[in-house]
Amino acid sequence: MSAQLLQYLLSGLTVGAIYALVALGFSIIYNASNVINFAQGEFVMIGGMATVSLIATGLPLPLAAGLAIAATTLVGLVLEKLAVERVRGESVVTLIIITIGASILLRGLAGLLWDKNLHALPAFSGERPIAIGGATIVPQSLWVVGVTLVVVAALWWFFNHTLHGKAILATSHNRLAAQLVGISVRRVLLISFGLSAALGALAGILIAPITFTAWDVGVMLGLKGFAAAILGGLGSGPGAVLGGLALGLLESLSAGYVSSAYKDVIAFGIMLAVLVLMPGGLLGRRSAERV
Amino acid sequence: MPAALRTARNGGLLALAAVIALLPLALANNYFYDVAVLVGLNAIVCVGLNLLIGYAGQISLGHAGFFGLGAYGSAILTARYGWPPLAALAAATAGVALLAYLVGRPILRLRGHYLAMATLGLGVIISIMLSSEDHYTGGPDGMSVPPLALFGHALSGEKAWYWVVGALLLLAVWLALNLVESPGGRALRALHGSETAAEVVGIDSVRQKVMVFVLSAVFAAFAGGLTAYYSGFITPGRATFLHSIELVTMVVFGGMASTFGAVVGAAVLTTLPQLLTVLKDYEMVVFGAVMMLTMIFMPKGCVPTLAARFAPGERK
Amino acid sequence: MNLRSGLSTFARFASIATIAFAAHAAAPIKIGSFLSVTGPAAFLGDPEQKTLELYVDKINAAGGVLGRKLELIAYDSGGNAEKARTFVKRLIEEDKVDAIVGGSTTGETMAVIPLIEQAQIPFISLAGAIDIVEPVKKWVFKTPATDRMACEKIFSDMRTRGISKIGLISGDGGFDKSMRAQCIKVAPKYGIEILADEAYASKDTDMTPQLTKMRQNAQIQAVLNCGFGQAPAIVTKNFRQIGMTVPLYQSHGVASKVYIQLAGGAADGVRLPAAALLVAEAMPANDPQKKVVEGYKHDFESRYHQDVSTFGGHAYDGLYLVADAMKKAGSTNKAEVRNAIESTRGWMGIDGEFNMSPTDHMGLDLSAFRMLEIKNGDWTLVH
Repeated sequence: MSAQLLQYLLSGLTVGAIYALVALGFSIIYNASNVINFAQGEFVMIGGMATVSLIATGLPLPLAAGLAIAATTLVGLVLEKLAVERVRGESVVTLIIITIGASILLRGLAGLLWDKNLHALPAFSGERPIAIGGATIVPQSLWVVGVTLVVVAALWWFFNHTLHGKAILATSHNRLAAQLVGISVRRVLLISFGLSAALGALAGILIAPITFTAWDVGVMLGLKGFAAAILGGLGSGPGAVLGGLALGLLESLSAGYVSSAYKDVIAFGIMLAVLVLMPGGLLGRRSAERV
Repeated sequence: MPAALRTARNGGLLALAAVIALLPLALANNYFYDVAVLVGLNAIVCVGLNLLIGYAGQISLGHAGFFGLGAYGSAILTARYGWPPLAALAAATAGVALLAYLVGRPILRLRGHYLAMATLGLGVIISIMLSSEDHYTGGPDGMSVPPLALFGHALSGEKAWYWVVGALLLLAVWLALNLVESPGGRALRALHGSETAAEVVGIDSVRQKVMVFVLSAVFAAFAGGLTAYYSGFITPGRATFLHSIELVTMVVFGGMASTFGAVVGAAVLTTLPQLLTVLKDYEMVVFGAVMMLTMIFMPKGCVPTLAARFAPGERK
Repeated sequence: MNLRSGLSTFARFASIATIAFAAHAAAPIKIGSFLSVTGPAAFLGDPEQKTLELYVDKINAAGGVLGRKLELIAYDSGGNAEKARTFVKRLIEEDKVDAIVGGSTTGETMAVIPLIEQAQIPFISLAGAIDIVEPVKKWVFKTPATDRMACEKIFSDMRTRGISKIGLISGDGGFDKSMRAQCIKVAPKYGIEILADEAYASKDTDMTPQLTKMRQNAQIQAVLNCGFGQAPAIVTKNFRQIGMTVPLYQSHGVASKVYIQLAGGAADGVRLPAAALLVAEAMPANDPQKKVVEGYKHDFESRYHQDVSTFGGHAYDGLYLVADAMKKAGSTNKAEVRNAIESTRGWMGIDGEFNMSPTDHMGLDLSAFRMLEIKNGDWTLVH
């Protein structure tokens, strides 16, 4: 394999892993509530920015990261309780507008609380590039991909082997039936939001050493994460991961082989084509509509 | 019932005409006229978008793309190829209608969030292309646009444009109201209720959806072209995802399935940032909070919720 | 009329006139501004606004201009050209300002120029592209050195290092594209041949594909990144990551400490053109700009506790050019102030020495840019 192609694949995988984490956040919330949380990108932003300020007060990175994730989870829970829970029955569009409003609100608060500059987090284990067969990768990329794999495995175990996880899955398949067997749908929603917020924050902390963080990084990342979730099939965990990686690789290969100016056009174009040909996404469930 | 309905519709139209005619009494200088013109242009887009979102129950997160294409189409034909402005505007709008038709057929088979993503993707593609093809479009910094000239007289100045846009808005609202009451409109609302049921009674759902999609794209492109001529300058920022979100927010805020709601939504959300400048740094926070609170306490939007409260007997 | 009643009449008239004059004199001079304080260009607008506020306060504390206080009316246009237009209309029609200093980005500036020319109000732009003052518009001036000058400074430095074949990489923003176009235009004049021309999107997080393509071409002797925002820092890190060793040049768009903080060690050895502000301490004592530059650095950093940047410097120059013009003209009459700005000669600002003329509404020459190299995480002057 040529070194050039390998470089493109490695960089695509790194970016794709981040998209996968964000997409997972979208999917988990969607599963529990049929809501697309457009504020997901802001969770990523809060995770990174909170860690930056905590480190500036002198805390070591692991502690700062842990606190930041906890803080973001709290934000997610508050968002669910105050906003989403009250409008659960409303139309898709109303829900979309609420979460968009939430994302604007959170971004505005971030701009007030922190500054408008970019900030970098220190890389977890240094910056010396690692050479792999003619291509290079920074150690942080390994962290990103590695942690993503661990998270995906942990989520799989959670959803399939724990009571809480199964409760969430049950709610996503059929809310009424889940309520009938005694599952508190309200609690399921709360847990989903908290979990997605934590995932988002983790993603933000993982990539901040590579891509920097600022008060407005949530917009683009949220958009790409949403696209990845849809591409892989909304509501499907493996789909989110597949969609994220696919999107990352598409971007990287287009930039390398076709045109760096049009790589986003190509990526979105292919996504559109996939949607038209496979309306449920790559791994999406073919849903049946009740009349 | 039909008679009452007609009265409400005519009453609404009359009220809108009265507001447009009397508003200048409150507009102290050109800055206020400018905001009024922008409200009018946004309202035209929103009335069309409301047909798609409110009545047909679809969604588009990429409508700013159509707006931008209408704007740039008119601008490029006039500035670079010397076309007369009205012809350019007509051609650009027709071009967008064709695009919406071609793209609409495959996309509108999607539902819900998948449709949202598809329209979003379409909007992003359009906005990137407008920004990249700088040879035609002047790139990310935009291009200047000659004024709208009719038989040698240039339409310029905020006051003149106010009357033109006001008249066009009335026309757009009238068109939308007529469409909603027509058999086509009833088919649309049936679709919104349940697509499967609608198909059972013989409505070709895809065809109806595409028609509404094209119509709303036409409204957006037309307003886009007008905006280009009015501002004398156009940038790709008009075609971005954020602008699409603004438009959807205006429709939902004002009230879906309410043409007048769309106008109210456009009015409030266009003037709100101007009022919030006093808050400086807090502007974004307040804007987001307003969006959220409105959706929580008035989930059907302003006009329907208020109408239900004050006129519970009237059907809308 | 006898002397006494004549004197008292005169005294009465004089006191009325004095009160009227004092009342008018107490009315503040309004300086309007529209800046990208939020949005993608926030790191331009934020220091610009802070600088304007700081120095309006300072000028007022020293007695104001022509005995009147300055009042700053600033709006946040968020990098959005349409909002900028509406705000400029508001400044002109509603707030009735005497002059406008603003326009953080070229897009916003170009969009409002027709309004400025129609309203006939002096306007000093804080944006970079040469199109703002070429062709010259009667009421429009600008303080930042143009992107074309940045290219010329970079190319002449390359020439002294014997570099003649380069690779170009730039983003999709207005600044990037404008500078790339200017560089392509002036390259032949300096004997520079551009062998590669790559692009990225401003929010991209990984440019290794584009840089890898460039690394394949062994003929490339240097790489120039026409960019601003976060992307150049990523480009710099990627550049070192894939092991490229040829010289890397950045644009004046990254002339702030944030770039070094983000790029870290990868920024060592990078060269860029920038205003002397960044190396204030390293300037020789007899450098005519040293005093102005050190003064600004001290004032800004002690009030805001954040590093000074050249973008704020543009706002300083704009404000003082207007204030000095008003003093020179002895009034706030828009046409007279405009004439006074246009006849500014030998005025030392943060961006350099300004010599305006009817054909040059920017007033800087190539000496306004210094060539800097980053060493050990700090700016150094290249001689």
